[in-house]
Amino acid sequence: MRVSISARHLAAICRHAERGYPHEVCGLLLGEMDQAAGRLTVRALRPTDNLLADEARTRYLIDAESYRAAEREAAAQNLDIVGFYHSHPDAPPRPSEFDREHAWPAVAYLIVAVTRAGANEATSWVLADDRSHFVQLGLQIVGPIPEPVSGGARDA
Amino acid sequence: MPEILIPTPLRPYAGNAPRVSVEGKTVGQALQALIREHPGLHSHLYGEDGALRNFVNVYVGDEDIRYRQRTETALEEGDVVSIVPSVAGGIVMDATDLEEVELSNEEIRRYSRHLIMPEVTLAGQKRLKASSVLLIGAGGLGSPLALYLAAAGVGRIGLVDFDVVDDSNLQRQVLHGTSDVGRPKLESARARLEDVNPYITIETHETRLTSENALDLFRRYDVIADGTDNFPTRYLVNDACVLTGKPNVYASIFRFEGQASVFAAPSGPCYRCLYPEPPPPGLVPSCAEGGVLGILPGLLGTIQATETIKLVLGIGEPLVGRLLLVDALRMSFRTLKLRKDPACPVCGESPVIRELIDYELFCGIEPAGDGDAVEGLEEMSVRELEAALDQGEDATVLDVRESHEWQICHIEGALLLPLSELPGRMHELDPARTYFVHCKTGLRSAKAIGQLKQAGFARLKNVRGGIKAWAEEIDPAMPTY
Repeated sequence: MRVSISARHLAAICRHAERGYPHEVCGLLLGEMDQAAGRLTVRALRPTDNLLADEARTRYLIDAESYRAAEREAAAQNLDIVGFYHSHPDAPPRPSEFDREHAWPAVAYLIVAVTRAGANEATSWVLADDRSHFVQLGLQIVGPIPEPVSGGARDA
Repeated sequence: MPEILIPTPLRPYAGNAPRVSVEGKTVGQALQALIREHPGLHSHLYGEDGALRNFVNVYVGDEDIRYRQRTETALEEGDVVSIVPSVAGGIVMDATDLEEVELSNEEIRRYSRHLIMPEVTLAGQKRLKASSVLLIGAGGLGSPLALYLAAAGVGRIGLVDFDVVDDSNLQRQVLHGTSDVGRPKLESARARLEDVNPYITIETHETRLTSENALDLFRRYDVIADGTDNFPTRYLVNDACVLTGKPNVYASIFRFEGQASVFAAPSGPCYRCLYPEPPPPGLVPSCAEGGVLGILPGLLGTIQATETIKLVLGIGEPLVGRLLLVDALRMSFRTLKLRKDPACPVCGESPVIRELIDYELFCGIEPAGDGDAVEGLEEMSVRELEAALDQGEDATVLDVRESHEWQICHIEGALLLPLSELPGRMHELDPARTYFVHCKTGLRSAKAIGQLKQAGFARLKNVRGGIKAWAEEIDPAMPTY
């Protein structure tokens, strides 16, 4: 399977991660899933509040209510929830054991590594059917890469 | 037939259908029917312990079944059941972390009864070893908590306390023994716990928990267990747990009754959702004033230990969103459902408390040294009382303690009129007479003076330190309690 995302959306996720640094940020990926073609296309983002307050340096949570709201929003646009994104502040963009234990199958997990200097690497993953591990997915970035935002502006 | 809405992550395991109709009179039956039809769903919905995974939420219509009868929630024709994911993750508890945890042969022998349980196993025992729990208080609740957590193999146990072991502790604080009287509680706790389990780390913090040190302290532990006996610290622990995102395993006790819950879990309510405001000072007596059955903290503390272990292992149904009420006289256990308050000032949708506050002030307690809230309260020391009695001053010593306290000890010649009976029996007193009013420590007597002043009494003096000070300074032969 492969994840297709526009450069604009990926840049928005990176900016979200930079603004939230040193905390983890999270959100939902809305789009279309084409099982036959093995492709998952991101059409819209829905950033959510990380509900884990101070633990947010190392954890994130999207609760059921946020999920339901995103589901309604997706349905209104004829889209599905196709995955989730979150940031790993000062940590590599690879799923942790904690990510795996809490993971849902079939949808993409997009992880952005972020440091004080900014977001630097994005990867995407899907949980194996037997839940034993994550499989890395190809990440296809489409469209022009937007101009970088000047200055590293982010929350103190 | 009820219909089940399948979220996108699970659709490939349900024939790619967004909705499935199944038979079932309850949510549990409907889910079982769904799994019989689509067995591939099982491992994604249920954990190895056979319970719904904690990030699987089930709604009937718009209501979360946790606020109804959980999987027993009845279904009617036309009901729509939704399976709603909550999504969690993060960078801690990395696989390598647990892989790095080793159990020695001695530890494997020690924990063998855990290791053979499918809910624990070697992985769970390693998780316990990798975990850290902070206990607020090494007293009545802290004793069984610390003993069982240490025995269970929680790898790092922190204790916050600044008290010294007193004779009156030994009736319930089983961490400490007779030979420890006069010793700092943390010293005797460390010695006992290291004997119970030498394979764990005990960290002692000999300090009062304050708004200045709580956040830094809490950040260093996975779970916080509240064994405090006063409201300011209870609110402090709650708020610090919410702000640091740590679960607050709570219990409180009084006489024969106790409460327990798990507050401040990500999706659950906090202590303030249940009790937004503290009771007026003095309304709820402390265990020192009202007493407590020695076994009761044992009962509630082991419930806290159980909840803590479940949280660390991630098994079962923690007391999140439920308040357990224990009545030892009736030996009844009831649970009340608690809801997260969207307007909660600390964990609600738009929290106003974003840092720790002054909790003494919040609970209406005057800072020590500022005297009592009763206006124009005249006080006397026990030495002044002794002198006044020796000189045969024309005054009555008025004891406002309860009669069972009177039976333990009293000042010769004093008049007993318990504070609780004062409003109805004030006519027995003479407004023109001088009264030296005392209780055990001086709090209740100050309250009595407040009531008497309002009724027109003018010649009143509060005996500072109460009969406790009398026993310490004037009559060492008098028993203390």
